[in-house]
This record gives sequence, structure tokens and C-alpha cells, in this order.
Amino acid sequence: MNPQDKDLTPQPLDLGAVRKRLEGSQGKAYWRSLDELADTEAFQEFMHKEFPRQAAPLASNVNRRDFVKLLGASLALAGLTSCIRPNPQEQYTSYVRAPEYYLPGVPQFYATAMSLGGYGVGVLAESHAGRPTKLEGNADHPASLGAIDPLVSATVLSLYDPDRSQVVTNRGELSDWGSFASALSDTLSGLDGGAGLRILTETVTSPTLASQIDALLEQYPNARWHRYDPLHRDNVLAGAELAFGEAVDTRYQFENADVILSLGSDFLGIGPGKLAYTKAFSARRRVRTAEDSMNRLWTAEAAPSITGSMADHRLALRPDEIEGLARSLAARLGLSVEAGDLPDHVSQEWFDALAEDLEAHRGSSLVVAGNDQPAIVHAVAHALNAELGNVGETVVYTDPVEVDPVSHSESLAALVDDISAGEVEALVMLGGNPVYTAPADLSFANLLSRVPVSVHLSPYQDETSLRSTWHVPQTHDLEAWSDVRAFDGSASIVQPLIAPFYNGKSAHEVVAALAGDAEASSYDLVRGYWREQFGSDFNSVWPQSVHDGVVAESRFAPRQLSLREDALSDAPIEATEGLQIVFQAEPSIYDGRFSNNGWLQELPNPFTKLTWDNAALMSAATAERLGVRNQDVVTLNYEGNSVEAPVWIQPGQADNVVVAHLGYGREAAGRVGNGQGFNAYALRTSARPWVGGGLELTPTGATYPLSSTQMHHALEEERHIVRHGTLEEFRAHPDHPEFVHPVEHHEYDLYPDYAYESYAWGMVIDMNVCTGCNACVTACQSENNIPIVGKEQVAIGREMHWIRVDAYYGGSVDDPEFYHQPIACMHCEKAPCEPVCPVGATVHDHEGLNVMVYNRCVGTRYCSNNCPYKVRRFNFLQYAELEENALSMVQNPDVTVRSRGVMEKCTYCVQRISKARVTAGNQNRRILDGEVVTACQAACPAEAIVFGDINDSGSEVVQTKASPLNYGILTELNTVPRTSYLSKLRNPHPALASASEGGH
Amino acid sequence: MADSRNRIAETDRVIGPGQTYTTIDDTVNKPILTSILGTPIWWFIAFAFGFLLLMLYLYSVVYLIAVGTGVWGNNVPAAWGFPIINFVWWIGIGHAGTLISAALLLFRQEWRTSINRFAEAMTLFAVVCAGLYPILHLGRPWVFYWLVPYPNTYGLFPQFRSPLDWDLFAISTYASVSLLFWFIGLIPDLATLRDRTENKFGKIAYGIASLGWRGSAKHWQRYQRAYLLLAALSFPLVLSVHSTISLDFATSQVPGWNNTIMPPYFVAGAVFAGFAMVLILAIPLRKAFGLENLITMRHLDNSAKVMLATGLIVVYGYVIEVFIAWYSGTVYEQYMIFNRMFGEDYWWAFWALIFCNAVAIQPLWSKRVRNSPLALFIISMIVSVGMWLERFVIVTVTLTREYLPSSWGVFTATRWDWALYIGSFGLFLTLWFMFIRFLPSIATSEMKELAHIHENDDAKEVTT
Repeated sequence: MNPQDKDLTPQPLDLGAVRKRLEGSQGKAYWRSLDELADTEAFQEFMHKEFPRQAAPLASNVNRRDFVKLLGASLALAGLTSCIRPNPQEQYTSYVRAPEYYLPGVPQFYATAMSLGGYGVGVLAESHAGRPTKLEGNADHPASLGAIDPLVSATVLSLYDPDRSQVVTNRGELSDWGSFASALSDTLSGLDGGAGLRILTETVTSPTLASQIDALLEQYPNARWHRYDPLHRDNVLAGAELAFGEAVDTRYQFENADVILSLGSDFLGIGPGKLAYTKAFSARRRVRTAEDSMNRLWTAEAAPSITGSMADHRLALRPDEIEGLARSLAARLGLSVEAGDLPDHVSQEWFDALAEDLEAHRGSSLVVAGNDQPAIVHAVAHALNAELGNVGETVVYTDPVEVDPVSHSESLAALVDDISAGEVEALVMLGGNPVYTAPADLSFANLLSRVPVSVHLSPYQDETSLRSTWHVPQTHDLEAWSDVRAFDGSASIVQPLIAPFYNGKSAHEVVAALAGDAEASSYDLVRGYWREQFGSDFNSVWPQSVHDGVVAESRFAPRQLSLREDALSDAPIEATEGLQIVFQAEPSIYDGRFSNNGWLQELPNPFTKLTWDNAALMSAATAERLGVRNQDVVTLNYEGNSVEAPVWIQPGQADNVVVAHLGYGREAAGRVGNGQGFNAYALRTSARPWVGGGLELTPTGATYPLSSTQMHHALEEERHIVRHGTLEEFRAHPDHPEFVHPVEHHEYDLYPDYAYESYAWGMVIDMNVCTGCNACVTACQSENNIPIVGKEQVAIGREMHWIRVDAYYGGSVDDPEFYHQPIACMHCEKAPCEPVCPVGATVHDHEGLNVMVYNRCVGTRYCSNNCPYKVRRFNFLQYAELEENALSMVQNPDVTVRSRGVMEKCTYCVQRISKARVTAGNQNRRILDGEVVTACQAACPAEAIVFGDINDSGSEVVQTKASPLNYGILTELNTVPRTSYLSKLRNPHPALASASEGGH
Repeated sequence: MADSRNRIAETDRVIGPGQTYTTIDDTVNKPILTSILGTPIWWFIAFAFGFLLLMLYLYSVVYLIAVGTGVWGNNVPAAWGFPIINFVWWIGIGHAGTLISAALLLFRQEWRTSINRFAEAMTLFAVVCAGLYPILHLGRPWVFYWLVPYPNTYGLFPQFRSPLDWDLFAISTYASVSLLFWFIGLIPDLATLRDRTENKFGKIAYGIASLGWRGSAKHWQRYQRAYLLLAALSFPLVLSVHSTISLDFATSQVPGWNNTIMPPYFVAGAVFAGFAMVLILAIPLRKAFGLENLITMRHLDNSAKVMLATGLIVVYGYVIEVFIAWYSGTVYEQYMIFNRMFGEDYWWAFWALIFCNAVAIQPLWSKRVRNSPLALFIISMIVSVGMWLERFVIVTVTLTREYLPSSWGVFTATRWDWALYIGSFGLFLTLWFMFIRFLPSIATSEMKELAHIHENDDAKEVTT
């Protein structure tokens, strides 16, 4: 019998499996035959023959773009193996009795919170007919303040990911929750007071989960709770211990800071408080007139970060040099610390200016240390803030938000030791993916197989699930009740917007099952916890808290702390030798948990502009010394482990440092994320999770193609695209700064201008506060149904983002300045795209919008050629999902889904304008200023985007455009763009001012 | 047969010595009137080759329509790629036909007579190849008719400010006038074939196509009048078609496209490329069919002279482009020229085109070169490549680097780009080999007129 015949032989039907499948499905399960139900090979074969299109996703040799496209098609098949709600095949009837105030076609917004790294960010979820389509920031939530970051924005796509795990499995066999619960109770009953039971979680801030785990540990006194988050804050905790003798959280108040020193901290780009910090930071940098003031940011960092790119003075320093700078600074300001010489890359002049600046701003300065900095740097930051009188002004300390904070590295190491010693009988992993993320030296993957019963709750059948005895699908944050605390301790109730798609369970329910109650629902558990907390007020406080998205007055109060006497004297200087490796979270896919999210895979890195991959990043000088070029594959050998990675040169990175972004090189992420990039975790050690010396790098001679959305360009000063100057220069010419208008431009036109009598929409983008964080890009993608195109298509220049953040470098390659310039359609009043379209598919409307008529477009692409800003995007292939499937449910019903062969571009969110027009019309009034908020504007934490009616002299957009810093890009072409820009300003220290004179 | 062909002595007269009405008819019509089995084997091989390429063309078109424009290398910023380059290239080739048949007729250049027929056919076939590209180029080719002003219930009309719409009219006018002109010229010859063929099917086909031509004086008088009128009508098209196409570029605001020199520069380039193609087709044709007495060295020499003259105009265009870029004082224009000449991605294309279009034609100053069919054939080939490269540089290289450095990109052609380009030769060659097999590739009626005028040349030559 040859193998093919064997495949075709019908397998005996397993009725047990059939029953299990029916039990495991919720609601009505539709099936066509018992074979189908059992998902036998014969049925799969039948599927291939009968429905080749639906069966296509099963083929493993489909290329990546097809994978992306077929993501949805696969759901049709998935629908056969487990029941999904809402099932697109079902018949719908309208409400017999509609819920009160429900208007079909009008979305509803619910406040909830999404957790990232264990900390909550408040969101308003937009729901269309019960289907969440978009997440917006929640202005009432302290970690959002109305803004949203790209990662949280994109989680709504993960909700509909057809690759999410859909069923409980036991050693790879299909199972169900009931079997799991009974197996679990059997296991636990065999343990003496829970001896051998271990729980592994990531960072936990959820009060309900914490109280559940507490109760569980009381029930099973011999059980242990371990924690491991790959992006842990161990050094932050250790620094606090060093400085204060106890674990405390540090909260910054950038609104009070005039001078800020960042010691390797990317407080604007990563961390649970980044949106709030960005908001406060940019409020102090917003300059409209010469009377406005700016804070001053000093940064020392190894690799360019969003924070570093905003700096007025930035130094690219090796990690050990950052510590050296911190020690020298502490010594200079009179603290007792062991300090060596000033690092080579820090000039005395720079150092003196910095010290002088900090001392001159006692009480209004701030020193911030990065999460990945060693404990001593944190301790120095605490000591400096105390010395400079900043405590209580620009920095406050609170109880830790994380429940029972421990060192995650030690906690995981202890677990690993116990597994090796054979003491672990049952390991319950609530979230996380330790097989993939654990440090390489712990061999967690191998040890996991020694645990008799291992349970993994996870949204995907990932690397850890595949090696665990049990896998339980985890609910998405939009599917289950929970609660979470924000960076400042404020608690939010997480409310679901949709019933779980794939029979998922939340962590609350799994812990309840451990405690013996497998039937408990998250809703009862969360409500039960808060009923105790709110006491008699519960009936009024609970609905209010759910409605607001935040529990009132739950923010942690500042604490008074005193610095330990010998806070800084305990830490000796450790030398780091050779080439250094720095591990960082990937800005888009985080620790790897968003690997299967196409929006985030295709989101360009803010600096490299790479999509779909990570790379071994190094400075130009280092690459030259090592003899490697972009896309050369090198072997990285570190502490006995090695991986192969492509090289990418990153200007502004410290020499002799290789940055490896974590989160790539996944094997079991799903069809979007599998095999992208290289796995930096394979090099990471538990002793040195962030920085290490002694990296060996050897070129292999091979090359690997990387997809970048932008070639790297130095700023071309003569094109005047990015105009920048210093605050001093602005103050010298407050009405007409030379750097804003370097050339005189006279407008000529043979024709009279068109009069815009009603509204005239316009936008201003303030480059001075734009951090380049990409929040606008993902928000736009979500709002406007923008498809992803895949790595190969990005490589040939076909990405579809309607708004992009252009990166330019100024100054030298080794010490560049960074400029972020968000570019979307400028809605030119005299748009060059319009006269060249032979069918009139792009036209002007009476409010000045340059609109695309998709149905009329024949696809000559002349408009794109004639657009000097190159903001038009063409559907070269069928990028958008046209099939009805899970992914199509994320699409905004107010925006057309485009087919292949048509052009598209930013519309200024015309659907939002229309919505406001309807509302205003119903109330018989004009649209108010601020009533139309574009998706990019809503997301922006820096409030860099202002949109409104330029016919309304009182509107914010008119007032912003009146700033002398306002300019239009390429206005010499007479395009009369409606979007204008505010010039970038820097506020250098007077002693160092010559370094960054203006330009354009 | 081969021996007899080799024995024809080369001449630099417009018609070889000793040509009579009979010899002209015999020479030109012999290959057409032979039976299918008598067709030379090389014809079958050449036709099969062309037909194979035509299948490649059809395959690429089907794949393109099934999958989408994305099968090509086009992107943003280079939204126009091979289809537009090939369109401009083919339409340029088409120019020589009209120039030879209409303009030279009006200027009474009798040397046009023996080459006008096949040059017109070449024009027609090139226009077919060219005309399909703008349609295939569209993102949604099936709605190309939206560019046509026709009454419809949508109440929508084309947007006449767009040069792409002007294109539509320019090409369709050119195609229909060329077809008409070519067909009118064919009528007396078709009648000759009708009278001479012994094949019944041929009699019917040629009979219908010759529209009842009997060769009466009235017929001749009206024929001459119509032919002249059509010539007068087509002459402006020589200038207008490529001028209009150049406006696709000139009316934009893309640096490197928005030059006022574009129309004359494009017309000169088109004639240049067209004559190169005439030579590429004429040199093998006269050898294969033994037409050396009708397509003489004089014709080759004159074509080469036109090629040299128009080539020099094109070179002048290159010089002016560089000068204007510098003179404009605009950084975008200056960078555009710098990028064409020294840009990291495409500098080779610019220097290759300079070699092909400026350097390779210089030997044409020498009469010896102009009298060597082999040399002319090679130079013409080089010029054809050069003109393709010129369009590549103008269309695509220009687009890759425009105003915003952040949006600069690279264009890389895919195999489907090449398949559709190479396949279009199949379309051309299939039509061409059908033409030379079934229709007279030389206008016999006009040649007879010429033979009549020159019947005393032999005597004159003896006396001088």
C-alpha cells in the first residue's frame, strides 16, 4: 500500500470524540455527518475535494501573503470543527423587541480596560450591532487620558484571529472543560495540601485574581505561586530596595518638570504609563508663540528610542557608560557613590551643562531610569531626585501596583529548580508563554515535560501549550469579565463586549476550578470581589465603575519614604567587556504575544521602519568594523547559545552594541507570526536579562531580505520638508522665524479661488510634540479597514497605511537628530491628483475634502504619480478581505472595503464628519469645534494632531495655524495643502546651543 | 532560388534596372500566390515562433486579469512601469509608417514608394500592440470604457482635463486613420491578386476586399484623390499622436516629466525608433523575398539618414533636459538629473541609452556604413533597445525619486512584466508574418507608376 492509498482509507469513526466535540461546543452545533464532527482524515480529504478553496489554508506550502489572505477563509473550516458565535452562516432576524435606545447603524461605546504587561489601559470599545470593531482611549482613565497606543488598538484584531485556540486539549487530543475540571480535581486531591502544585502567572495587578490566588494558597498551603514576565521589572524593584529598603513604584509628574534626564529610559515609548507620561510631557513642549516655554530633555541611551528622539541633548552610550554617567553625576552632585572617570563618549562640557541644568532646577527637574538599567542606576535616580528636591514635585512613590511583587527571574529560577528536583506535580500556567520566553539557560522547555500535569491557559496553541499536558483556550479581554489596575494603581472593571468566540476560559475561572468550583463564572467572581470592597454602596458604585471604566478614587496615594543611608555605596562597578548585546521588547509585537497580529507585524518600527522582522541592530561604525552590511546574516554567539540574525544598521545607536528585539522567531504563533524574524530569547540568560558583554558575531556569508517601508535618508536641508529650529531662534524672530520660511513663495493662479462657504476642514500636525509612536497608524488602520499586505508586498513598496510616520535623520550618522513627520493626504485645495484622473474618480467636495470615489476608479494610478506627497495607496492585488469570515467582523461598517484595482487614501475620516453632520443637523445647529475627531487625532497621546473647520475663526485648528511656526510642505507647487505642520523646535542648553542650530 | 537571389546586383536607384510591370508583379506577388505547401519552410518556423510568443502574451493577459496589477513590479512611488514604457515604445515605432506613407507622399519623395506598404502595416501592428497596454495597465481593465464619452444612466462623463483621456482619442484616431489609409492603398493591389490567384478561396477573399476595383480611369482618378486626402489627414497625426502622449508626462508636476520640450522630443524619438524598426523589418524582408530591386540601397540609405537626423534631435533633447534642470534652479529638477545619471539604482540605464541612441548612430555619417545592410541592421537593433531604455528612464526611473525622500523607492520588473513585453512581440510577429504571406508587402500599383517614370533610366545611365 503506498502512502497515498493509506491516506484515503476511511478511519474508523471515534464516537467518543464526536460526543466530546458536541459537549465542547456552545450553542447550536451544526454538522453534516459524523465524520465531519469527528474531523476525521476522511472528512478532511472530502473537504479538500469538495471545497478546495476552503481547504486551501490547510496546505502548508502557501506563501505568506496568501496566508494572510486565507486567514479568514480558514474560519469557514474552523466553523466545521467547532461552533463559533456569531456564525456567519446563521439566519438573522431583527429584534422583535429592540433594546431601548438601540438604533441600528449607530455604534455603541463601552468603557473597559485592556491589559498589557499586566497593567491596564482604559479604552472605549466601539460596538456595531454587538461586534467590537475599534478601541478608542478612555479620557477618564488615568493611563489613557483619551489616547491609545498601537498595541492596545490592535488587540481588537486579535479578538477575531482565526488562529486562536478553540478547544481544550489534553496531550494534543481534543477534550472539553468538564473533563479538564475533573482531571484537575483528581490531581489536586492526590496532593498533600497542594504540595507540588505550582501556579505560574505573569505580572498580576487584578485585585480579583490576587484574592482568588490568596484564597487558593490558603486552601492549599503547600502550593506555590511563581511569576514570570519576560519584560519584568526586576531591576526597578531591586533599585527601589537598594534606595529605600522596600519595593515601591515610582510615578513621574512630567507636568511639573522643566529639566528631565533620562538614563536609558523610554518613558514615552514603553511601560504602562507611557500614554499619560506622553500627554504630560508634550503639554510642556507645546509651543505656539514665542512666549511659550519648553522643558528640556537630556537622554543617554544605547539605542534610539521614542524618548531619545525627542531629546534636546542625546548621547548614544553603551549600557555600562550609562551607569558610568549616572555614577559620575551622583558624585558631582555630592552623593557618596563609587564613581570612575567620566565615560569616553561624554564630553566634560556636556556633563557640566547637564549638572548645572539639574542644579538650577531643584524641585522642577527629574531623573528617570530605564526598566532595563541595573539597580544601581535606579538607586542613583532615586537619590538624585531626593537630592534635587524633586520628590513630591516631579516624582512620587506609591505602594507597588503589582500584587506581591517578587523578582521574576528568581521566581522562575526557583520553579525550575523545583521541577528539576522532581517536586512539582502540577503546574498551572495562567497566560504567558514561558517555553518561548524563559531565559535560554533554564531549559524550561525540556523541564516542562518532567511535570506530570501541566496546564496552560493561553489564547493560542503556542510553544508552551504544545508541551503541556492540558491546554485551555483563554478568553480575550473583550470576551470576559475581569479587573486590572493601571500604572498608578487605579482599578478598572473589564467588561466583555461579546460572548467568548471559542469556548475560552478566563484566568479567574481556571483558578476557581483549581479551588474546586469549575462552574464559577468570571462575572460572579469579579462582582463578588467588588461587592466585598464596595460594601453597602455596591449597587450604586458597581454600575458607575463599569460605566466609567475606572473605579473612582482607587489611585494609590503617594508615600513618604526616606533614602537609605548607604543606598549607593553597596554597588561596586562591574566591568563589561567586548561587544555588548542589549535585549529590548519589539516596539510592535511586544514580547511576542502579538506575533500573530498582522496590523502589528506590518507596523513599521519607528526607527528602522522594518516590518515583519527583527534584526541585529548596530551602528554604522560597528557594522563597518565587523565588515557587515544590511541584510547580511550573522551568527550571534552569546553565553554558549547562538542564533542567526540579519544585520540592520541603525544610526544613532551606541558603538559596540548589538540590539536584539525580543518577540520574533516564533514557532507556534499562528500562520501570521510563525517563522518571522529570529528568536532573541534563545540568547537571553537569567543572570543578565537585559545587557551582556562578550557577544561574538560572525558573518555567515548569506543574506536575508528585510522589508523596510522607507529607505534611510539624511534630512535634505534644501528641500525644506522638515523645518526645525531652536526655541532661542524662535524667540529672536517671534513673528517670522527664518527657519520656518526659508524661501519666499508667491502664489500665482490664473483662476479665482473656490469659495468654501460652509465648512472647510483642515489639520495641523505639531512635529514638536510628535514622538513617532505609531499610535495614529494603527488607529487609522482600525478605523478605515486598511488591509495588511504581507512582507513580500511591503518589500516592493505596496504597504497600504493611509498615514505614515516618516523618519528623517539630521546631523551626523553617529550622533543624529531624529525627526518624525506623520504624513497623510494633505487634502490640497489645488490637488494635483484631481485633474489627471480621466474618469473623475478623485474630486473635490464643497468642504475642501479631496475625496476618492472607489466605484468610479479604473486604476490608472496617474493620481499617485502626480501626488508630490505620495500618500495614495493602490490595491495592486485583492488585499482586503472580501469573504465573510471572522476577520471581516473587525471591519468598520461605516467605511467601504476596497477591492483590487482601485486607489485609496486618507479621507480625513469622512465618515466621522458625516456622523457629526447628521447629529448637528438633527439638532439644527452647526458642527461644533472639536466635534469631529479623526481616528489619528483621537489616538495621539501627544495631542499633536489638531483637526477642525478652518472657516471657523474660533476653532483650535485656526488658532494653531496662526502660529508663526506653521508651514505647509511643498507649498511652492501651489498645492495649497489643508494639512500644515508646526516646525520642530529644540531647546538646547545655552552652553551647548551651537550644536543644534535651525534648518529646514 | 537562393542563387538567383544572390545574383541581384545592389543598386542605389529607387528602383532596380530593367523593372517592368510584369517583373514587379511577379516579384512581389509570387510568395503570396504560391500554394500553402509551396510556402518556404522559414516562414513556418518564423510564424510558429511568433505564434508561440503570442500564446505567452495571451497567457500573461489572462493571468494579469485573474490576479491583478500586482503581478507586475509596479508600486508606490513607481505606479507606472512596463506597460506604459512598452506603450510609448510601440506607439513610437508606429510613427515611421505614417511619416513614410503620408508626409513623404505629400513631399513627393518617390523613394517612399517601395517601403510605404510594409511600413504602414508595421504601424498598424505596432498600434495594436501599443493600444492594448493602456487598457491592460488599468487596475480594473474591464471598465476601460469609462474613459469613453458615452451617454449613460450614471450621468457620468470622462474628465477631459486628464491627458489620459486625450490619449484615448489620439490613439483611436491614429489607429483608424492608419487602417483606412493602408486599406485604400491596398485596393488596386488586392484587385491584381484577385485576378492572378488560382485559389478559389483566395479569389473570393481578395475579390471582396478589392471592393469591385476594375482599374477604370474613373477608379484611378478617385483613388488618387482619396489617397491624397487621407495622406493630408494623416500627416498632422505624425506630429499630434506622440505629442499627445508626451502630454501624459508634460502636464504632470513630476520633476523630469513636466518639461515643455516633451512633445517635439517625443515625436523625434518616435520617428527615430520607427525608422530603426523599418530597417529591422526591411533588411531581412528584401533578402527573403528577393526584393533587392524594389527595396534598393537607396531606401536603406535614406532611412539611415532620417534615423541619424532624428537621432541627433533626440540627443539635443537629452542635452536640453540636463541644461534646463540646471537652469531651473530647482533642487528637485537638479536631483532628478543627478539621479538619472549617477543614482545608485539606475545609472546604468541612462548611460546605456546614451550609448544606444547617441553613440551608436554616429557611424551613420559614413556612406559605407549606410550601404551595409548588416551594419544598419545591428545599429537599428541597438537604437530600438536604446529607445526602450529611454522610456524606462523617463517613466520609471523618474518616478522612483520625486519630492519626498521618505517616499523614494525602487522598481524591479517581475517575470510577468517581461512576459507581457516579450509576448507583445508575438502579437506583432504573428500579424507581420500573416501580412507578408497573404498581402503584398510592396505597393505594386505605385511601383508600376515608378517603373513607368524611370523606364528610361537605364539608357540615361549609359549615356552619362
